[in-house]
Amino acid sequence: MATTTLEPRAGTYRRSWVIEWLTTVDHKKIGILYIVNSFLFFFAAGILALVIRTELAVPGLQIVDQATYNQAFTMHGTIMLFLFIIPALSGFGNYIVPLMLGAPDMAFPRINALSFWLLPLGGLLIFSGYLFGGAAAEGWTGYAPLTGQEYGTTPGTDLWIIGLTLVGTASILGAVNFIATIFKMRAPGMTLFRMPIFVWTVLVTAVLILLATPVLAAGLIALFIDRNYGGSFFDPTVGGNPILWQHIFWFFGHPEVYIVILPAMGVVSEILPVFSRKPLFGYKAFVFATIAIGLLSFSVWAHHMFTTGEVFLPFFAFMTALIAVPTGVKMFNWLATLWRGKLMLATPMLFALGFVSMFLIGGLSGVMLSSPPIDFHVQDTYFVVAHLHYVFFGGSVFGVFAATYYWFPKMTGRKLNEPLGKVHFWIHFIGFNLAFFPMHQLGLDGMPRRISDYSPDAGWTLLNFVSTIGAFMVAVSIIPFLINVIATFINGEPAGDDPWEGNTLEWATTSPPPPYNFDRLPPIHSERPLFFLTHGHGHAAERPADLEETEEEDVEHRGGLV
Amino acid sequence: MTSRTMQAHPAGEHEAAAVMQHGQSGMPTALVGMLLFIASEVMFFAGLFATYFNARASVGAGQWGPPEGAHELDLPLAAVLTAILVASSFTMQFGVWAIRRGDTGKLKLWTGITLALGALFLAGQLYDYSELGFGISDGVFGTTFYTLTGFHGAHVFGGTVGLTIVLARAMRGQFSARNHVAVEAVSMYWHFVDVVWIGVFSTIYLLR
Repeated sequence: MATTTLEPRAGTYRRSWVIEWLTTVDHKKIGILYIVNSFLFFFAAGILALVIRTELAVPGLQIVDQATYNQAFTMHGTIMLFLFIIPALSGFGNYIVPLMLGAPDMAFPRINALSFWLLPLGGLLIFSGYLFGGAAAEGWTGYAPLTGQEYGTTPGTDLWIIGLTLVGTASILGAVNFIATIFKMRAPGMTLFRMPIFVWTVLVTAVLILLATPVLAAGLIALFIDRNYGGSFFDPTVGGNPILWQHIFWFFGHPEVYIVILPAMGVVSEILPVFSRKPLFGYKAFVFATIAIGLLSFSVWAHHMFTTGEVFLPFFAFMTALIAVPTGVKMFNWLATLWRGKLMLATPMLFALGFVSMFLIGGLSGVMLSSPPIDFHVQDTYFVVAHLHYVFFGGSVFGVFAATYYWFPKMTGRKLNEPLGKVHFWIHFIGFNLAFFPMHQLGLDGMPRRISDYSPDAGWTLLNFVSTIGAFMVAVSIIPFLINVIATFINGEPAGDDPWEGNTLEWATTSPPPPYNFDRLPPIHSERPLFFLTHGHGHAAERPADLEETEEEDVEHRGGLV
Repeated sequence: MTSRTMQAHPAGEHEAAAVMQHGQSGMPTALVGMLLFIASEVMFFAGLFATYFNARASVGAGQWGPPEGAHELDLPLAAVLTAILVASSFTMQFGVWAIRRGDTGKLKLWTGITLALGALFLAGQLYDYSELGFGISDGVFGTTFYTLTGFHGAHVFGGTVGLTIVLARAMRGQFSARNHVAVEAVSMYWHFVDVVWIGVFSTIYLLR
């Protein structure tokens, strides 16, 4: 009987780890690839930010000329958004969502690998402009006619278009994968309203990506045709319309703002309950607020275009103010979760609290900007730069770091060092506010964005200098973070399977999880299956697990701790 | 904390095994993926249609059309091509119904006919392009006309690639009444491409 030696058992293949990581279709490895890739681009775009801030520290052109400066802020914005924040959060989604659902992998593992590998390819294409006579230099929004043949003379602009199209394709494929996974791969017992909040936010984000990103792709292709095949989509001299680009870009761009923030909100909504030892206050309200943000995000794009005179101001001002309502609901969810909780100020919690407070400031300046009279006054000034950094950096990037500290033990089996994490947080937090808070005042004083120099008589020197100090503090704060990550890899404190006493299923398996994720799953009767596994839920704990669920029982579960 | 993992409920074992089969209930996951992909394609074409209508509005309906000196659009040819593509949607569906009954012979026949009709459509479109006498760079009408019809044509081409794969797999006997999700997925895509063409034809040729 030769049948016993037909095939080697799974796991006995000898492959070098390089081949293993290059060809993997395991969602956990792909998730880690996403995250590592994102951080590499984060460091590159961060260096560009330092170039910008150094140039602006004092009046006069010191270190770069204007053309280089334009390339720096364009690449900084493009890379931070498309190759750091979105992929980093997708990476955590990739790693965590199947685990939270109790699934063995994503729905389409090979498409998952494809959507990852398009990212470094697209990112390197965007960066390769520097090798061919200059990167794109029109700002990350790529407004026509700056991107037309007449002004956008660097080949980097074409590479920017191609690279972004690839990155967008990657996003779309990833979104298809997330939605299919969430609808088809949930463990038995996990109904939609028992999904962890992070999964909900990833789901809504994926729907936004699915419906918004193809519109950007259409716009990018139109732009490419204009630049290379003599098209005239955006050329007014032969019947085109430059404002059309703004409509297309922001029809994508505003949902994109929520694509960037929603998963970070999800991360924070997982962390706050765990470190407050309470359930999330108002789970369903949070879910409906997330869905409402997703729906409304398609009706606010023209608030970026108030000053074009081409949009109906009352409608877009109203919708923009309206979208602040579900966001405000979430703010109350978070505050009420903290209220009388047993707070544990570990590093993930610090970053989550940083998120809540900084995102609040960014949200408030956003509501200010929704009012056309204020927007007309501060359009294209540093007030807008301050606002978007409070939302993107104070919001999403704090969320990325919170997720990193929170899930690092799950991914590696080792816990990041707490004192170093706290040093990172406080330098980061103070530096961030020092860098971006003065920009509000600079904007009100009339300093336009995207300028490389300003007059010493303008009165902007002091605040700019303070801002530059803050930017360098943020850069310095990355050093303890890197030391922490490397040292923990080499000789970190073993974390165990569940160092934070989490609520959700990813903590029910080993750290790191086996390739197939779960040997067995706890019964799922709520959005916090692990909490009830450990602590029971009142008398319900004695019930047989296969008992039919009733609505009444659900209510008990959710209120179990309080 | 390991103890917490280990003391999983006895029912968990049974449930973990059920996870593996869970995706099998309801619509197959591959079809869900295809429907989601088609949703994103709808938005892609929505973007292209938006550029068309925007250009039409800014030029003004009176001046809208091929540039001076070029031929008018060939409405009869486009109508014939429309009929071909719509007919191919029917032949595709006949193939799907055939394999649902387990009739692989009819599947091969109908898929082959669909592929031929798709190729005929593409050939007709290229012929149309060669006769029009204006190009993508001749004003904004030419730009939007070639972008919209060209990207639709590229999607038809993508569909014919899918059909070729379905045909090749059918030849090797890989489909049965129970196992033919690729046929269903390609047919969904093919119907989508057909519907987009009806939109393109109505917009460019009828809504002048």
